[in-house]
Amino acid sequence: MENEMTLEMKSKSNNEAFARVVVAAFASQLDPTIEELADIKTAVSEAVTNCIIHGYDGKEGTVHIHCVLNDRTIEIEIVDYGKGIENVEIARQPLYTSKPDLDRSGMGFTIMESFMDEVKVESIVGMGTKIKMKKVMKEAV
Amino acid sequence: MICEFKKESKELKIIYTGEIDHHTCDEMRVKSDYEIQKCMPKKVVFDFEKVRFMDSSGIGMLIGRYKQIMRIGGQAEMMNVSPDIKRIFEMSGIFKIIPLREECIFDGK
Repeated sequence: MENEMTLEMKSKSNNEAFARVVVAAFASQLDPTIEELADIKTAVSEAVTNCIIHGYDGKEGTVHIHCVLNDRTIEIEIVDYGKGIENVEIARQPLYTSKPDLDRSGMGFTIMESFMDEVKVESIVGMGTKIKMKKVMKEAV
Repeated sequence: MICEFKKESKELKIIYTGEIDHHTCDEMRVKSDYEIQKCMPKKVVFDFEKVRFMDSSGIGMLIGRYKQIMRIGGQAEMMNVSPDIKRIFEMSGIFKIIPLREECIFDGK
């Protein structure tokens, strides 16, 4: 099976739920398990929240989501055109947060990494950040 | 309704409802802090029975409330954590400071 979809939305926090539900609904074409679907929802929620809080610092911007289904695999790209990440390696460390005052746990990237099979981060300061995630669904029994 | 409160003697139970993410966390935080300040409980129990989804925002929100509870000299616990949510909490090690109460409706599932 091959399929593709694109979603563009404002960087508003009430779109976090919208984005994860849309991606999960699209992914359901691969007939994933309930657990796989929960993994995808959580990873998307983390990435979109990062765009809103960090990429755009709460200001208005556009979040762009592109998903490709191929065979048993979903590839999800989540992009913001915000401030970018200076040091991706540090940002990916568990419990690291640039905003401790906002009650953020610093677990976002760690959760994306453990719930998805592959997570790539491309970021340019002043240009934005692109997260590329991949997950392979187990063969349906 | 995003959270409910039940006060029994010196214990305050906070029952979160629906989805916990960055968007819903703000209101949960404000309401929880207000209630904790008002009741000054010896123990706060966070109940997740009615939570359908949670991302890492929930960890940050709970740690923030934990600090608030420490300031008033109380203790914190959580209960009814579903397997999905438990996985997220376990990654952060939060159970070391906010232990899971034994009785759980999700046990054996």
